[in-house]
Amino acid sequence: MGKTLFEKIWDSHVIAQDEGAPAVLYIDAHLVHEVTSPQAFDTLRARGLPVRRPDKTFATMDHAIPTRIGAVEVDWPEDAATQVRALRQNCADFDVPLYDIEGDIQGIVHVIGPELGVTQPGMTIVCGDSHTSTHGAFGALAFGIGTSEVGYVLATQCLMQAQAKTFAINVEGSLGLGITAKDIILAIIAKNGAGGGAGHVFEYRGPAIRALDMASRMTICNMSIEGGARAGLIAPDETTFDYIKGREFAPKGDDWDRAVAYWRTLQTDEDAEFDRELTLDASSLAPMVTYGTNPGQGVGVTERVPRASDLEDPAERRSLQNALEYMGLSEGQPIEGQHVDIVFIGSCTNSRIEDLRAAAAIAKGGRVPAHVEALVVPGSKAVKAQAESEGLDRIFSEAGFEWRGAGCSMCLAMNDDKAGEGKYVASTSNRNFMGRQGPGSRSLLMSPIMAAAAAINGRVTDVREIL
Amino acid sequence: MQPFTTLKATALPLRTENVDTDQIIPARYLTAVTQEGMGDGLFSWWRYNRDGSPNPDFVLNQPQYQGSEIVVAGRNFGIGSSREHAVWALNQYGFRAVISPAFADIFYNNSLKNGLLPIRMPEDTVSQLLDLIEEVPHTSISIDLPSQTVTVPGFDGGNAASDGSWSFEIDPFRKQCMLRGLDDLGYLLDKEEQISAFEAAASL
Repeated sequence: MGKTLFEKIWDSHVIAQDEGAPAVLYIDAHLVHEVTSPQAFDTLRARGLPVRRPDKTFATMDHAIPTRIGAVEVDWPEDAATQVRALRQNCADFDVPLYDIEGDIQGIVHVIGPELGVTQPGMTIVCGDSHTSTHGAFGALAFGIGTSEVGYVLATQCLMQAQAKTFAINVEGSLGLGITAKDIILAIIAKNGAGGGAGHVFEYRGPAIRALDMASRMTICNMSIEGGARAGLIAPDETTFDYIKGREFAPKGDDWDRAVAYWRTLQTDEDAEFDRELTLDASSLAPMVTYGTNPGQGVGVTERVPRASDLEDPAERRSLQNALEYMGLSEGQPIEGQHVDIVFIGSCTNSRIEDLRAAAAIAKGGRVPAHVEALVVPGSKAVKAQAESEGLDRIFSEAGFEWRGAGCSMCLAMNDDKAGEGKYVASTSNRNFMGRQGPGSRSLLMSPIMAAAAAINGRVTDVREIL
Repeated sequence: MQPFTTLKATALPLRTENVDTDQIIPARYLTAVTQEGMGDGLFSWWRYNRDGSPNPDFVLNQPQYQGSEIVVAGRNFGIGSSREHAVWALNQYGFRAVISPAFADIFYNNSLKNGLLPIRMPEDTVSQLLDLIEEVPHTSISIDLPSQTVTVPGFDGGNAASDGSWSFEIDPFRKQCMLRGLDDLGYLLDKEEQISAFEAAASL
């Protein structure tokens, strides 16, 4: 029997498999940020260990840093400054390359990894961040780890892992106007549940996936974790190779040809079998909006919030009722027209140049109402610079959006960007958990074009009506 | 890490599905550069009113559940972020085990690396166990890792034939690590020869 893409990458990275023990998996690239690494570096210090492969370790700062233009470090909140100082000290002490906010290259780890060409097909990639699944868009096995495991990888470049099961997600058909990768992944999670992928690695397949550019593929793989999966994969193809070619860490010359020849083998074999499968028709999708407090609680914009009486499972009913009470929404109400207070365009899910271009095209010529606060937070300094060279910052500013520096910002509200109590946030990020975007905040997850339309109209809008 | 062998304790009933790591420990507690102080942030959104006073409606603050060392919760416990801070927070507050029908993968892994025992039990059983500890808060639950059993005397979980004892699954290697309080680092450092050989062969 043939192998799935996941099995090919897995098998080529298992360096030891003792009887009765999990596999020892070699890690090709380790991304590090300020929040989940300090305790791991302390473990190395306590045990007198060096970082084994600083050349396979890449650090940046993204989670805690302020993103307001002109925010100077001396004015940062003390806790953020302390974490950034700790990261600088740790990188200096252990010779880890740091893409510092002081320099030209910095941003959300899952945006700059691919930008630098660090992310390549067939690799194993980890980071102390659940959205490491993003890198699966390149056909790399990439997953989030806890701080203990960050320490293990720093010290040994390896992890002990149980092999995950495989789960094919076939996306047939093609996307209609105004439907994006974000809608595909939100629809998958709505269908399969927030815990439905536990213990599995998704492989997204089918014509609708093949038609997507790399930014869109990253959006989909990014939210694999929101579907409960360990990781998400998309087999590499010409779109992938074109994206990587010429980037700083991409192979060059003969190495490039050899790499591409290998990357072409990274496909699931015809006769391989998956443990589970799910099929979705992209042609049938509407723009998705979440109404609840987990990413599986989403509907098409033309649909209504479900009623508890529609649900058979008592746990699902309870979950819906709790969510709607928190969200201040009613069973059976239309989601379209729901007013919004804040709009956040950003995060490792949707902060790439393609996302900003699409959002800017909707925002252009419009005007964000006075009662709505709208933020655009590019994923990296490179995205920011590119957007500015295209004049996107001016389009956003003229429409009443605030233009920011690179970082995670209001996706997790760890810095000073926090939505207020009870505020509705139309957000392009990945999580609508209670309080995620600020104490008492109410997140409505959607695509960048849907968020831009919500900003201009001050309410959830079917973007297809204005395209 | 703290070894886990057996535990006899009362439990906190958390009748909620999809308890995400932002609920277990919100991001604002993640600004620490050490592991300390996480217990204060445990279940912060539910536990405190916005003015910082304790929310008397939340089970963690209710007198009958003080001193409990086991969390019993709905399915998909620990979904969301990879933050190990969630496990540190549960540990530091005094919890030693979590019982749920299903866990998120990263949370489950993180728990095992910190001596917090995650136990999967069938949904119906968990639901009835929640009924029991809501009704009789001082119900004592015994967890025995060597025999992989959870025992609640007099509780049949809807199965009249039950003797109040349930078995649970755990990876045998992880079980030994928990019993002996070992993390993975020593094991991985012992693989140096294979790691170097792999790197040499792959020209890494």
